[in-house]
Amino acid sequence: MNLFQKFRDGLKKTSTKLATEIKRIITRSPRLDADALDELEAALVASDIGIGTATDIVARVKETGSPDVFAIARTEIERELSNVGAALAPRPPASPTVILLAGVNGTGKTTSTAKLAHWLKSQGHTVLLAACDTFRAAAIEQLKIWAGRVGCDIIDGQYGADSAAIAFDALEAAIKRNADYLLIDTAGRLHTKANLMEEMKKMRRVLHKRLPDAPHEVLLVLDGTTGTNALHQAREFHNTLGITGLIVTKLDGTAKGGIVVAIARELKIPVKFIGLGEQVDDLQPFDPKSFAKALFTANEIQESP
Amino acid sequence: MFDSLSDKLQSALKKLRGYGKLTEKNVSDALREVRLALLEADVNYKVAKDFIERTKQKALGQEVLNSVSPGQQIVKIVHDELVALMGGTGEDPMMPKLASGHWMMVGLHGCGKTTTCGKFARLMAKQGRKPLLVACDVYRPAAMDQLETLGKQIQIPVFLMRGEKDVTRICRQALSSAQAQGRDTLVFDTAGRLHIDEELVQELVRMRDLLKPQEILLVADAATGQESVNIATHFDKALGITGVVLTKLDGDARGGAALSIRAVTGKPIRFAGVGEKLDDLEAFHAERMAGRILGMGDVVGLVEKAQEAFDAKKAAEFQRKIEEQSLDLEDFLAQLQQLKKMGPMENLLGMLPGMSKMPDLAEGDGQLKRVEAIVQSMTRQERRQPEILNASRRARIARGSGTTVAEVNDLLKQFNAMKKMMKEMGKMQKAFARKGGLPRLTR
Repeated sequence: MNLFQKFRDGLKKTSTKLATEIKRIITRSPRLDADALDELEAALVASDIGIGTATDIVARVKETGSPDVFAIARTEIERELSNVGAALAPRPPASPTVILLAGVNGTGKTTSTAKLAHWLKSQGHTVLLAACDTFRAAAIEQLKIWAGRVGCDIIDGQYGADSAAIAFDALEAAIKRNADYLLIDTAGRLHTKANLMEEMKKMRRVLHKRLPDAPHEVLLVLDGTTGTNALHQAREFHNTLGITGLIVTKLDGTAKGGIVVAIARELKIPVKFIGLGEQVDDLQPFDPKSFAKALFTANEIQESP
Repeated sequence: MFDSLSDKLQSALKKLRGYGKLTEKNVSDALREVRLALLEADVNYKVAKDFIERTKQKALGQEVLNSVSPGQQIVKIVHDELVALMGGTGEDPMMPKLASGHWMMVGLHGCGKTTTCGKFARLMAKQGRKPLLVACDVYRPAAMDQLETLGKQIQIPVFLMRGEKDVTRICRQALSSAQAQGRDTLVFDTAGRLHIDEELVQELVRMRDLLKPQEILLVADAATGQESVNIATHFDKALGITGVVLTKLDGDARGGAALSIRAVTGKPIRFAGVGEKLDDLEAFHAERMAGRILGMGDVVGLVEKAQEAFDAKKAAEFQRKIEEQSLDLEDFLAQLQQLKKMGPMENLLGMLPGMSKMPDLAEGDGQLKRVEAIVQSMTRQERRQPEILNASRRARIARGSGTTVAEVNDLLKQFNAMKKMMKEMGKMQKAFARKGGLPRLTR
């Protein structure tokens, strides 16, 4: 299955619903009067792409007078998304690449850590995991089970322990064992909890102390069903930690997925991976072109129920 | 909670407040902004559209144009409509006595089902029931361990069958185990699943048919976007949910999901998860929430919390001292200790109107401890007459409390500032009393 197909299958629900809605509006009033434009805007907003982008698309449609909303939307969204790079940072030659995963509760950090480990392994790298969620009940066991499934080593500690200390130990171990990647799973925290955000900062500091350019990547894990609050989350985590990229999860079930556009637009943070399903290999590198195409494909309509 | 929405609405309504009288155009303009604010708050766009229509009808009625204060009038209309949208009046705002029998928690991945199960079990135990937690998440690695750990924390038995993949079998065994152990209330934690995953939803249907639960609660993340409507509709159609638990309300999600879910399914939002601790479960309060959305702050909530924690006699004494402006550091300490009983600072401050705009106040908890240590290191005389605190006394206090002289100085400065502020507040109260008080919007 090629990548575009995978995207399209994952986002099928998004695109069919959006496409049906847009097509309905255009068919009804092909000249696109003010009411139709209003409705168009609402339909776009309902895909969570953000009011800004929605307004832009509508403005472009108005400007060109062209009813090919799909082409305009695709171009607009592709442009928004390709303004930011999307690949993982290149590996430093000698030391392990440290990737810190952060996010609010329940977005899928632990699962994404495991999936990312699997992906990196499939690229021929050695991976070490660090279980730094010492707060949530059974979070360490969860990552341990995943480590077993994926087949990589894991460093963990006691519940209630200082997560920064575990991160430090894990980095020590990664250096000693000559691992290519160290993936650090952290406890979920709401971006509004100042003390918990401080804890993240500390983890960052401690890593930096041991290895001056670590962490090389700080990936924010976002739940794809989240609405505009995802922007707040991204902004806060970015201010605290300096986010280098996003992992957007659960995009297989949501009718939307558009929040990706809003974040790229406002914060210029690239999406690096998206989670398209529940299988371990369902984490895919993000490709703006495929995404924009999958989100706005007119001929999906005929296939839809 | 809902801070951003309140900010938006506030700014939209501020424009209205400026006018002496409302014209049709003014109302339309303001409501257009309200609509945008609602959309940005993730309220479903159809729900938002209806809301604006309804509000416009009312706003354009005579009562607004002829009322003395049109701004207040429209704030009230928007508020009332919001209350209606979120479940209307008449619902019991207090935490109800939870029914015995079978409770099922359902929802997407990561919305907080397992934690919510723990919270309910704890509450049930407090209310005198004998709950049993049943682990039915057979998919997510270590999900059963998570429930087991939670059960240990709150000392409530957990039924689990490690390795068993057949959920209905787990349920049957759990039922007989509950009977044997004499447990009267069973809370079933289910696996997170996508609402469009027919196969997994059917598993829930089989569970329901077997258990005949009294309650099927949909657990939903307050930050859910436009999708909330589809999620709620799907689960409701498949299972017939009896209500909704909105979680992670301690974040800053605008919470449009609450409005849409209720409007589209007609099922009540009944509970709210407001923190990571297992006591952080509240009854959902539509009026209070609407007041919050409008930026009036959750004053009622704060008062309720305060009443629980505050010793009424001490409070009266404190009130008297504020009025007499004879507050000393001893009162200050007593006040701090009362404050600590009310829970984390950030939760409290969020309830106050205007406080949502003040950053970094959340760091208050640690600060509170230091302040307490400083005051406790003073002698009784020093607390009563802070004026006598000279350099050597301050140095001793700093040593005794493990702080620095600078911090002691800061505290004294703050204390003096507070005394001054109280004087001002006293004046303000009198001024408001003259004007007939602040507008009452909640209820």
